[in-house]
Amino acid sequence: MVKVTIDDKTIEVEAGTTILNAARQIGGEVVPPAMCYYSKLTGSGGKCRTCLVEVSQGSEKDPRPMPKLVASCSTQVMDGMVVKNKTSQRVKENRDGVVEFLLINHPLDCPICDQAGECHLQDLSFENGSQKTRFEEEKRTYEPIDIGDKIKLHMNRCILCYRCVHVANQLTNQRVHGILHRGEHAEISTYIEKAVDNDFSGNMIDVCPVGALTDKTFRFKSRVWFLKPMDASCECSKCSGKAVVWMFGNEIYRVTARKDQYGEVEDIDGKTAWICNECRYDKKDLKNWTIEGPRKINRHSVISTNHYTEGKVEPKKLNS
Amino acid sequence: MQSLSNKSKVVSDKPMTFMERLYLPAVFGGMWITFKHLFKKHNTIKFPEKQRIFAPVYRGQHVLKRDEKGRENCTACGLCAVACPAEAITMTSAERKKGEEHLYREEKYASMYEINMLRCIFCGLCEEACPKEAIFLTDRLVPTEFERKDFIYGKDKLVESKENPIDISLRQHTGKRTEK
Repeated sequence: MVKVTIDDKTIEVEAGTTILNAARQIGGEVVPPAMCYYSKLTGSGGKCRTCLVEVSQGSEKDPRPMPKLVASCSTQVMDGMVVKNKTSQRVKENRDGVVEFLLINHPLDCPICDQAGECHLQDLSFENGSQKTRFEEEKRTYEPIDIGDKIKLHMNRCILCYRCVHVANQLTNQRVHGILHRGEHAEISTYIEKAVDNDFSGNMIDVCPVGALTDKTFRFKSRVWFLKPMDASCECSKCSGKAVVWMFGNEIYRVTARKDQYGEVEDIDGKTAWICNECRYDKKDLKNWTIEGPRKINRHSVISTNHYTEGKVEPKKLNS
Repeated sequence: MQSLSNKSKVVSDKPMTFMERLYLPAVFGGMWITFKHLFKKHNTIKFPEKQRIFAPVYRGQHVLKRDEKGRENCTACGLCAVACPAEAITMTSAERKKGEEHLYREEKYASMYEINMLRCIFCGLCEEACPKEAIFLTDRLVPTEFERKDFIYGKDKLVESKENPIDISLRQHTGKRTEK
């Protein structure tokens, strides 16, 4: 076990833990945001640079600070390490810059995008960076394309986090899409218009932090804040069958996996509860699902507007 | 009981005097008041012919604007509906097809957009929430109707026509936040 201090909060974690995961064990304000790192996918992280933190003391033995900010998702903790995230001005300025770079080619089409309301880039740019843009050049643009018959790819919105590639690599037995070209020309594409039709390929919609990969069965149907997320389960031979159904009245508009506070698919019974394509796209009838109850949504999220997940609050009696 | 305000008249059934029984002085007194009003300034105006100038902050019937090329600005993002405290706005969105680029500005548009004018409280929050400068409140009055269903305004009543666009510049305070 090694001791690490993040934003004046000390915790003992196992050797080999990354700074980001140590911060997540503390929880709350000290957790750096992450756009590309996904704890359920091995090899993810290190690309978006939003999780950069300042290490003001390398370790107990070598207390010199690290000269540059380090990516907390891929840097392991050392005994006696002191990390600054929210308390560091350098980190704040750097994160503002990273957000600005991520938004260079990202279109501001949130009113159209299906991800709006649950988009990590939207949250990130709301919390960091300026409200104005300094970018005057043309953004790179692509036509939206279909990859497979159920997924729409908006390459304009992609921030190249590689999460979907990792999903295809690790969840399916054969990957038919990946990233072509380099640098600014890099784009996600399939192998010569090959359809993505593996049973678990739909999970790339869930892991996408922006609205680049969206569900075609839900495309432009509604906005997430008009829907009511409900925990539901079904009998499924391929996956755990535990999902969230997004309802409007008695209609199921879409089905997603259960996501935790970091937007990652939850572990249920020690296994990550990825859902299969049949559950995601085809089971849109209430008969297929057993509703367990309303999903707990953060009160500050736009999804929770006009939703009441808590039980009825009884009025207090006066003078009792 | 003693009156609190001393404004109420105490009723009595005293017998009337001779002058009161004549009635004529009271009748002429009343007619004199009526005659005086012929030369006084009128408090009312003849509405449809004459119209009052509205305050620059007046918020009346909504309009869904088109851009300079005549395409609908609204993309059915739902922010007006979520901002609406009276929950008067509903909409469904649809995807723009090839060949409809001259009708809708963005790739998504509102296929149905309804405002229930009986629910609307004309607070102007929809206008403030709109990111696409599509919905505005104007200085027009919502006309009266006989049926409740006629107060649910669809796109036919809300979207301005290409030929005579609705002028919104009369309202100087359009609710948009000024840049800081």
